[in-house]
Amino acid sequence: MSEAIVSLRGVTKNYTRGKQKIEVLQPLDLQISQGDFLALMGPSGSGKTTLLNLIGGLDQPSSGEVNVGGQRIDQLSSRALAQWRSHHVGFVFQFYNLLGVLSAEKNVELPLLLTSLSKAQRAKHVATALEIVGLGDRAKHKPSELSGGQAQRVAIARALVADPTLLVCDEPTGDLDRKTADEILGLLQTLNREHGKTIVMVTHDPKAAEYATHQLHMDKGRLIEQSANA
Amino acid sequence: MASSLQQVISVTAMNIRSIPSRLGTSLVIVVGIAGVVGVMVALLSMAKGFELTLASTGRDDRAIIMRGGSNDELSSVLVREQAQVVLDAPGVAKGSDGKPLAIGELFMITDVAKRGATSPNNVVVRGTTARVFELRPEAKIVEGRMFTPGVREVVAGRSAQRQFAGLNIGDKVDVRDGPWTVVGVFESKGDVHESEIWVDVDALMTASRRGAYNTVTAQLTSADAFQGFKDALTSDPRVTIQAQREPEYYASRSETLNKMITVLGYSVAIIMGIGALFGALNTMYAAVATRSVEIATLRAIGFGNGPVVISVILESLVLAAAGGIIGGAVAYLFFNGYTVSTLNMQTFSQVAFQFRVTPDLLWKGVIWACSIGLIGGLFPSIRAARVPIVDALRSS
Amino acid sequence: MKYFPLIWAALGRRKPRTILTGLSIAIAFLLYGMLNAVNVAFNYGAEMSGVDRLVTTGRYSITQILPYGHAHQIRSLPGVTSVAASDWFGGYYQDQRNFFPQFAVEQEEYLGMYPEIVLPEQEKQAFFTTRTGALVAKTLADRYHWKVGDKIPMQAGIWPLKGGGNVWTFDLVGIFDTANPKDRGQYEMMLIRHDYFDEARQFGTGTAGWYVSKVKHPSEAGTLAKLIDNTFANSPNETRTDTEKAFNQSFMKQLGDIGLIISSILGAVFFTLLFLTGNTMMQSVRERIPELAVLKTLGYTDPLILALVLGEALLLTLISALLGLAMATMVLPSLASQLPGLSGLTITLPTIYGALGVAVLLSFIVGLPPALRAMRLNIVDALMGH
Repeated sequence: MSEAIVSLRGVTKNYTRGKQKIEVLQPLDLQISQGDFLALMGPSGSGKTTLLNLIGGLDQPSSGEVNVGGQRIDQLSSRALAQWRSHHVGFVFQFYNLLGVLSAEKNVELPLLLTSLSKAQRAKHVATALEIVGLGDRAKHKPSELSGGQAQRVAIARALVADPTLLVCDEPTGDLDRKTADEILGLLQTLNREHGKTIVMVTHDPKAAEYATHQLHMDKGRLIEQSANA
Repeated sequence: MASSLQQVISVTAMNIRSIPSRLGTSLVIVVGIAGVVGVMVALLSMAKGFELTLASTGRDDRAIIMRGGSNDELSSVLVREQAQVVLDAPGVAKGSDGKPLAIGELFMITDVAKRGATSPNNVVVRGTTARVFELRPEAKIVEGRMFTPGVREVVAGRSAQRQFAGLNIGDKVDVRDGPWTVVGVFESKGDVHESEIWVDVDALMTASRRGAYNTVTAQLTSADAFQGFKDALTSDPRVTIQAQREPEYYASRSETLNKMITVLGYSVAIIMGIGALFGALNTMYAAVATRSVEIATLRAIGFGNGPVVISVILESLVLAAAGGIIGGAVAYLFFNGYTVSTLNMQTFSQVAFQFRVTPDLLWKGVIWACSIGLIGGLFPSIRAARVPIVDALRSS
Repeated sequence: MKYFPLIWAALGRRKPRTILTGLSIAIAFLLYGMLNAVNVAFNYGAEMSGVDRLVTTGRYSITQILPYGHAHQIRSLPGVTSVAASDWFGGYYQDQRNFFPQFAVEQEEYLGMYPEIVLPEQEKQAFFTTRTGALVAKTLADRYHWKVGDKIPMQAGIWPLKGGGNVWTFDLVGIFDTANPKDRGQYEMMLIRHDYFDEARQFGTGTAGWYVSKVKHPSEAGTLAKLIDNTFANSPNETRTDTEKAFNQSFMKQLGDIGLIISSILGAVFFTLLFLTGNTMMQSVRERIPELAVLKTLGYTDPLILALVLGEALLLTLISALLGLAMATMVLPSLASQLPGLSGLTITLPTIYGALGVAVLLSFIVGLPPALRAMRLNIVDALMGH
């Protein structure tokens, strides 16, 4: 068994709305090993997206430790966290979140602008990423000219291009039809099996969970079931 | 379905009621146009004030007589013999003393500093006699007294006294050949003479070692007498003389400066107006875009395209008109009645005048504002009516 | 800068809006350029006047007349190298509205002390030898289609001829230009000879309107001015003497504070503009919150986001400002030819620097609030709002 690449200990998350304190996550512990493909599931309001945000460094816990790739990200300043994200996490969202004014390849290039790579080096990485997701021929198209599935592939390429430790996906197939969803999930599975990418995916879709290596169920801010797929 | 007019009213009312929710972008039009109109009205009120000061000078039944060929009082020279010819001409009214009511005057410039400054300004010194108040009944001494004949004393016009230093009663002002004493202040209904200082003509002749007058101003028996009077003078071979009705002369002295300021005012207004137009277009396009679903829904329900177009234009007009009124009001509050004095190149002398924000200027401002608002609303409104309903409903 | 394509693409997001905003800004800077050029032209005259020339007028007003004898006394003072008597002819060509200055001057002394005026040597000599000769500025010759050899009739506004006639006829013997083209507005005039003028006029013979003197050492100008005035103090014809520069400056001041009026107009224009563009920027950033949140998820730091939004404001404002200045440069020459005395109207380098400075300031004032808002957005909230 490979070492834990993500380790959460005693993590909680609260919000205050007016006078009320809402506990979105109860104190929870979680370990994710390198090379896992984890599907996080649960009814809406269960806190799965919140948990995802904490793992991905988009948010900070109210208490507890969040350890990713050996780094205590709960202790980082927001600036350091931003830098950390650029190197260690790749995000894939339900609605792709591509920049409409940029072409596909320019979208994929975005994370690389934060590095000190030269223009030629960046172009090389972008080409590679687009090829991995099977979109080499659509590089110059704008998101408005791509189908849902193609757009999501671009988003995945963008998430991959900086070679992150972790791929974090929030309902990546939520806006796609069955056939396209299966294609995307297949792609994620390939990335996990053949390229060894660790993936944490929030999903509603029980079929999506079948592509993962592990499943985690949540309800009311608690982990209630953990299982491994065959 | 309601009639077209009712449709227009209800859609417009709906648009206008929703303005508070789009306050930021709506204010863009209001403030932008207020700026344009404010500047335009301010500049034009400067021209208007100057024009009114000069145009209100003089009466139709008074004439100013100068050397033929001279354009203004400063450059004219009339020797005593010529002046006598004027006094004897037909049509000159008689004064209370039975003698012709006409005065040969000197017109000179002396350097006086503005209040709070040191550099000199060309202030008009008019050499005249005590009969000037009979000749020009609109003028009266309001403080102190008139100068004594033959003595080096000065009465200052109210505007001159206000704008320039050292023209209070008791002060001494350099006129010619030394300082003269200010003994009184006169007012003359805010016309150009209030920017002058008056002295005794004989005292001035002696001090400046001149032998001739500059001009003669004569009261005529009636306004109609002017033609006969003028003909008699211009046909007299002894003299090269020209006669003009006073209002005509003084108005002609305001042409150049007036034109300059007016051209400046309109040019700036047009240029700024174009800038504001772009802003208005921006705002209205955005306004239409954010309400495209609403508008499409109305059209789907059955509201006609016409009412939709008109309502958008009306909204733009309302905002623009508001801006125009505010701009005009600001110009009025800040500038109306503000006194400035500048060098009138046509007479080479300082003239003090007030900015005058008149109703017709305010009206011009509103019209200009509405023109901008009209165009600013026109193109976006046409776009709003042209988008296929289905497309508009889908976009959100 | 590697982020340039990103900023540029962001501007293209809503092309009509960007273009309209850009045009508003361009218009404002068009006005800035034009009004500034006028302001510079007004002050230039005062700035560039000779510091080695003195102007002596009557003590009470420049409109006073001085006896010719004064010239000799001034000339005999140590430090004064030459003196030229001058008079304001004050006439017009054909129509009252064709205004330009005409000066009757002592020809050799005057041209000797104004090296700014340049003309072919033979034309200069013709002026020295032709009593009824006249010289005009090139800009005037162009405007009225005069050529050397023409006879130019001038209506006397002030000085009739002996015998009462009103029309003086001069022989155009030369057309001059200024050594520095920027001076053209200053020297747009006609020169005639003082000796002919003095002899042919009906009255005022033996007098001059004022005297211009050249001093050997500009540093002595102030002392010499006082010396001249002392010479005539307590005489029937007292004088006031000042350097030409001070004289021109105080004349400019009489025109009222042109600079103040222009600055006020510009202030109003820019305030209005601030509002227009500020609002557009705010709108644009508001729409882009989800996008900016995505950039943050990618690891774009807060300061970087701030810089990107500011950069957008800066880019748009600078491009538009340059466009406006370019438009002003194109418009000015035709405007200048219409305005008498302002033929030297151009956009100067200081004006451009000033405009760019204002553009930068404007983009900061307008871009900072939305940039700060973008910087501070909370990623999770922003993404949820999607």
